[in-house]
Amino acid sequence: MKILITPRLERCIGCHSCSLACARLVHHRLSWDMAGIRIASSGGLSTGFEARICLACDPAPCAAACPTGAYSQRRGGGVVVRKNLCIRCGECAQACPVDAIYLDITGEPFVCLHCGQCVPYCPHDCLEMKDLGGAPAQQDEAQEVTA
Amino acid sequence: MIRDYFRVLVVDLALGKGKVTKVPGRDEVAGGSGLGALLFNRYGKTDRPWDDPEQPLIFAIGPLTGYFPLMSKTVAAFKSPYHDQYAESHAGGRSALAIRFADYDALVLTGRATRPSALVVGSRHLELKDVHYLWGLDIQESGKLLRRMFKGSGHRSILRIGPAGEQKSAMAGINVDTYRHFGRLGGGGVMGAKNLKAIVIIGDGSFPLMEGKDYPRLFESVHRKLTATDMMQKYHNLGTPANVAILNELQALPWRNLQATTDPEVHGISGERFAETALLRNAACAGCPVGCIHIGFSRERFQTDYRYFYRQVSYDHEPIFATGSMLGVTDCFAILDLLDVIEQMGLDVMSAGVALAWATEALEKGVISAAETLLPLRFGDHNTYEQAVRYLAYGVNEFYRLLAQGTLKAAAHYGGADFACVLGQEMAGYATGEVFFTSQALGLRHSHLDSAGYAYDQKYPEKDVTKAVDFLMAEEASRSFLTSMVACLFARGVYSEELLADCLRVVGYGALADNIDAVSRTIQKLRWQTRLATGFDPHRVAIPKRFTEITTWKGKLDAEFLSTLQNTYARRILELTGEAKG
Repeated sequence: MKILITPRLERCIGCHSCSLACARLVHHRLSWDMAGIRIASSGGLSTGFEARICLACDPAPCAAACPTGAYSQRRGGGVVVRKNLCIRCGECAQACPVDAIYLDITGEPFVCLHCGQCVPYCPHDCLEMKDLGGAPAQQDEAQEVTA
Repeated sequence: MIRDYFRVLVVDLALGKGKVTKVPGRDEVAGGSGLGALLFNRYGKTDRPWDDPEQPLIFAIGPLTGYFPLMSKTVAAFKSPYHDQYAESHAGGRSALAIRFADYDALVLTGRATRPSALVVGSRHLELKDVHYLWGLDIQESGKLLRRMFKGSGHRSILRIGPAGEQKSAMAGINVDTYRHFGRLGGGGVMGAKNLKAIVIIGDGSFPLMEGKDYPRLFESVHRKLTATDMMQKYHNLGTPANVAILNELQALPWRNLQATTDPEVHGISGERFAETALLRNAACAGCPVGCIHIGFSRERFQTDYRYFYRQVSYDHEPIFATGSMLGVTDCFAILDLLDVIEQMGLDVMSAGVALAWATEALEKGVISAAETLLPLRFGDHNTYEQAVRYLAYGVNEFYRLLAQGTLKAAAHYGGADFACVLGQEMAGYATGEVFFTSQALGLRHSHLDSAGYAYDQKYPEKDVTKAVDFLMAEEASRSFLTSMVACLFARGVYSEELLADCLRVVGYGALADNIDAVSRTIQKLRWQTRLATGFDPHRVAIPKRFTEITTWKGKLDAEFLSTLQNTYARRILELTGEAKG
């Protein structure tokens, strides 16, 4: 089981290639919002960039908050999303502590699925798919992700 | 969004209201440069001055903006305070993708705001906000406040002017997202004349993509070409400053108001020196994985104790030439200090540097005196230049006000036109020879990027007028199409006509894909017709004597060849538009 992490985000140049790739390849949209990873400048361009991305919580508060089962816990962290079950209530976005879930104008949620399709489009190797293997130490993983 | 027409937001700044307008012509002019000219013909007043409130300020993107890498630039079109004629200026940053995701092909701003204002547009937002409290603030201060005042961090573009724009200077640029600029031909002055301090474009829309795998496959292939080959390496690595040492070695780098074309002191301002000592990091325009923006630092000790503040300053070949070699400043940190002041004032760096180089030589020669300059301008004295930049931005006396309208305007009044380094506007940093001087002097944007004159000079040693002008005309047509997509011209080696056709076809612009040649010629002709309609006469462009006095690696410049080139290129421009006489 792998999760997407951003261990080298200090290298980010703000090209948005990751967000555009996620929207294009996963969600079939031209967008820098409808994506599981979204880039914003942190306090203006002169202080660099930050990524809004799912940290692969386990247990995931968004899955716990989802009233219809559209979000369910993903093995290794994060969530599995079944959009046909989603009623656009927005509870998942409310529950996410790190603002990783984007709601479009209709309330449709977009969150990282940890598929890794964005990774090859980053020109500075900021992103990485981390193999969790069989390691049971969920707590250690979480610490590494947020370090 | 793929449409067979243009969706244009036309805003009347006097009323603070806008109208979404459907403009036909997609298959004829594509977008970008072509769309800018089309919209100027629709909304512009050729017979009224540039600062007539009705004149439009246009920002146009292209059919491929956001759909492919490096389709990341915006074309600004307006009647210029520099020459009171039609003008284009190009910039990147986030501007292009923000306009795409605000779901417009172009913004057209007419009228004059009654109060100093900020215009905010998005896919579901239009607001003209009174920001009189920002008037007078520099680029950094106003940027910080604008970021706090408006939403959309990361997915918005903030265009703003500094004091120079507020003064309606013909050398005022429009700052885009801190590190990029619509620098040339006075776009900042146009915003100042419209009482418009800032434009915030919120890219908050999204669009469904075409069905099937063809589009993502082609995107992947283009992305690979742009990043996995060495084609873009020069823009990514040292960036454009790599040119500084190369041109100096060629005897083609303008030094001290083009009194020389090479100098051993170049090592202090080379791309290598900047990268090794002053480079902090890189940044990119949205939608471009190359990351050609090079950001260095300017540090100031403000107490005798070790107390500093620092600012991040972007640099490129042209700013280094304009504030370095052209002003005899040979230390990279002195250049960054000077660039920072120019940035904060909202001046176009190339125009400001070249104008101050002329003023320095004019002072040396006694053409003007300290009564005009107020400062003892001296090549290499960057501290004095920092103050001169402020004087130029604020137009503190008649001399600086005149100089800010263009070096030749000041020279017409005081004398010294022979050594004004002006080719349509203040020169770019290439003293490569006759073909480049002709191409910038007569180019539509008076930019080194209009056609590749500097490349021709380096590639072809023979003095063949027909071959050279054929090259310039063909290159200009091809670049007109690229700047109508709107591609960054750094990608011109990757985006061949065949690849552009594939890209256009896969997103649904089949008619454009099938007619690239014809559309290129249409755009080229329309742009020139628009320029000529506002008063341009290519036969009347003066190339000052200084350009004929230089020596490059090819030897002494050939004034007769230069003159024949100019006449021939001027005739070809007029023939293209059907205005040739006899």
